[in-house]
Amino acid sequence: MPGIKDRVAVVGMGCTRFGELWDKNDQDLMVESCHEALADAKLDLKDIQAAWLGIQGAETGSAGCRLARALKTDYIPVTRVENYCATGIEAFRGAAYAVAAGIYDIALACGAEKLKDTGASGLTQMGGEPQFSSWVWAPVVAPARFALSATRYFHAYGLSSQEGKEMLARIAVKNHHNGSLNHRAHFQREITLEQALNAPMIAWPLGLYDCCGVSDGSAAVIVTTPEIARRIRDDYVMVKGFAISAGAGPQGVIASDYDYLHIDEIVRSGQAAYAEAGITDPRKEVDIAEIHDCFTITEVLITEDLGYAARGKYKEDQEAAAFEIGGEVAINPDGGLKCFGHPIGASGLRMIFESYLQLQGKAGPRQVKNPRIGLAQNYGGLPGGGVSGVAIIGARD
Amino acid sequence: MAGITSYGAYVPLWRLGREAIMKGLRGEKAIRNFDEDSTTMAVAATVDCLKGQDRAAIDGLFFASTTAPYREKQIATTIAAAADLRPDIITADFSNSLRAGTAALRAALDAVKAGSAKQVLVVASDCRMGAPGTEFEQNCGDGAAALLVGDSDVAVSIEAWHSVSNEVNDIWRRDDDEFIRAWEDRFIYSVVYVNTVMQTVSALLQECNLNPSDFAKAIFAAPNARVHGDIVRKLGFEPKSQVQHHFFDIMGNTGAAYPLMLLVAALEEAKPGDRLLVNSYGNGSDAIVMNVTGQIGKKVENRRGMKGHLASKRIVDDYRIYLQWRELLVFEAQPTPPGGHISSSAQMRDRSQIFPLHGLKCRSCEEIHFPPQRVCPKCRTQDQFDEVRLSDKKGNIFTFSADNLCPRREAPRVTAIIDFEGGGRMATTMTDRVLEELEVGQKVEMSFRKLASQDGIHNYFWKSIPLRD
Repeated sequence: MPGIKDRVAVVGMGCTRFGELWDKNDQDLMVESCHEALADAKLDLKDIQAAWLGIQGAETGSAGCRLARALKTDYIPVTRVENYCATGIEAFRGAAYAVAAGIYDIALACGAEKLKDTGASGLTQMGGEPQFSSWVWAPVVAPARFALSATRYFHAYGLSSQEGKEMLARIAVKNHHNGSLNHRAHFQREITLEQALNAPMIAWPLGLYDCCGVSDGSAAVIVTTPEIARRIRDDYVMVKGFAISAGAGPQGVIASDYDYLHIDEIVRSGQAAYAEAGITDPRKEVDIAEIHDCFTITEVLITEDLGYAARGKYKEDQEAAAFEIGGEVAINPDGGLKCFGHPIGASGLRMIFESYLQLQGKAGPRQVKNPRIGLAQNYGGLPGGGVSGVAIIGARD
Repeated sequence: MAGITSYGAYVPLWRLGREAIMKGLRGEKAIRNFDEDSTTMAVAATVDCLKGQDRAAIDGLFFASTTAPYREKQIATTIAAAADLRPDIITADFSNSLRAGTAALRAALDAVKAGSAKQVLVVASDCRMGAPGTEFEQNCGDGAAALLVGDSDVAVSIEAWHSVSNEVNDIWRRDDDEFIRAWEDRFIYSVVYVNTVMQTVSALLQECNLNPSDFAKAIFAAPNARVHGDIVRKLGFEPKSQVQHHFFDIMGNTGAAYPLMLLVAALEEAKPGDRLLVNSYGNGSDAIVMNVTGQIGKKVENRRGMKGHLASKRIVDDYRIYLQWRELLVFEAQPTPPGGHISSSAQMRDRSQIFPLHGLKCRSCEEIHFPPQRVCPKCRTQDQFDEVRLSDKKGNIFTFSADNLCPRREAPRVTAIIDFEGGGRMATTMTDRVLEELEVGQKVEMSFRKLASQDGIHNYFWKSIPLRD
């Protein structure tokens, strides 16, 4: 297998402000992120030969036409994809693979989601179980699902609930600090440890600040061949690896030996993407990891699953500031889902956007020193039966 | 000889302190949780009664209640499915009278005597409602009882039976009434109740040539404690030694289930050779003479019954919680994520996993899993499974969460991942729990509950509960 490494370049990206954008719909957001990406690449819409749209919400339509109508593309192929929370990465992957296959020279991927028209303050039921069923599965909301891992993590590693909650609260404090440095984030305020610890309970043991926001947003990426990229700009970045792992579950949840302390899809997608990118020591080689902190406990599990912390040792690394900007691996330097919320289709590309800025040295107050490798990772679904997506990009040689 | 071969009961965990209804009221009454109804309580009593019994040997199930959750749709079939009985059995629902419980018992007895069935299960369950502020609200409790009727190894033989039918509107509910209606209490208690029961019991004693002093215990399902005292005195039973306690102070009148629940309580104390009088009342009266045999206590062990269930309780001291559970007080709707729609065809397709909670055990690797898959999650063998009933297995909490993103009456909703003793793991919703007391490793059991009512369908499934001791 030749793999994707160094066969496709990123030459332009755009990302909207994320937030409760009451005066914008998903198509407004697509226009903004795609036009920003085109301007960044100094390309015209006519240069785009094919496009991928990552969008999850059923209420926003289920075909590529949603993007075509917004941008007014000229009858080019537009493919709509969805793969739980890895939807954005899936769109990026589709566009990059088409270029690598030699089918198109320049392709666009856009992720977008409008969540704030539902009237509900959480995620509405999206995908997952069939709409008509015998209802054997109790409807377990996302915070409750991941809280199961928090309870078990505390128990397995001997943390009192106070110690455990404090470890989680420090993640919220870190990501809010990073978000305060980012003008595109939904939440741009620092929070204190006390605020996080005393917040209302959402799903024991997860409080309000352990949960990411619910936001609207969009991000877009333009990919092309390295040859064309060189003609467009000097500071293009290279695609290094992709991985998608689909859980065959629900065997994770129902298997008696599942420990609730890791997520196999994440471990597998990490291993596959590292192998493709030629990364052997992720903690040393990866400079920026934008990972799926839908809940603080998820950031703990993913940090361990992707090899940045040893099993059960997250707290030790946290105490050594290993995952802050300037630490060993900057985890969620843009503020993460914590500060950007999680407009499903947009998140993956928003994460790539941060690595793109960082690799170009354009991340301003959040800038990591001389980064070479940036990783984005999303996870959606129930452990063992979900989807994890990883995308790795790197600086050009 | 036909009679009762096994028995069980169910009293909900929750008791409403009557002080919460009104200052100065004493005692407490048993109240169902928001996810319980007459069907679910009947399943609990049935499971209690069937401990140690061969479920495949049961030929029929009769359900009795005045609060069946459907007007057209049999409840006996739901209970039979949840109890994992054979499909080729007789089922029927008895309704519309507080005598429905004893009427079902009579029908079961007659069927066994006639030889049309060897063993018939009689289950009575009720959760009647008095309007807020009325005496009925204070006196009515919720609960269920189950009696297995057969003709061998009989623990209690049924010797004589006398019934009186009496057409009167004393206590009733119209088909569209939520609350109990009644005529003036001096008329319905002092005249109608007392006269009807006197007439029925006197006729029975005369037929059998027995006197009150010939009975070890008499059981009266009276509408309240005062009337209970009146009838005992008028019939000449010794209140302290000869009469089954009425439990008005700790449970309340449980409707069609009441006489059978009191009978179960009496049987828990009975000795071989005891003679019992059982009386029910409702548009007439049934009076029954029963003899306790040497089998009592032999095949009927480890039941929670009345004693165990009454001892295991939690107090609700906030009247608003009771009103909420009864849907008499509606909090603002929580914008919850919709859980999809119930599909009748999907429900029928999945019935063996929904009602008796059958998981699958792989013939190749022996892994037990739930819900049933076509391909073994462990060894990936296709379609080589045996069904395993998980509903009567105990388990332990592996991990849990408690979220507030659910309807207010349920908040916080506890999700517990449980490992069954003997294998198998299940993601469950946990009910009848106190959040502060939950911990990883805690023992749990399964309880049949109503998840929701949607699209006109009551959707039942098993939840986990902390082991009731």
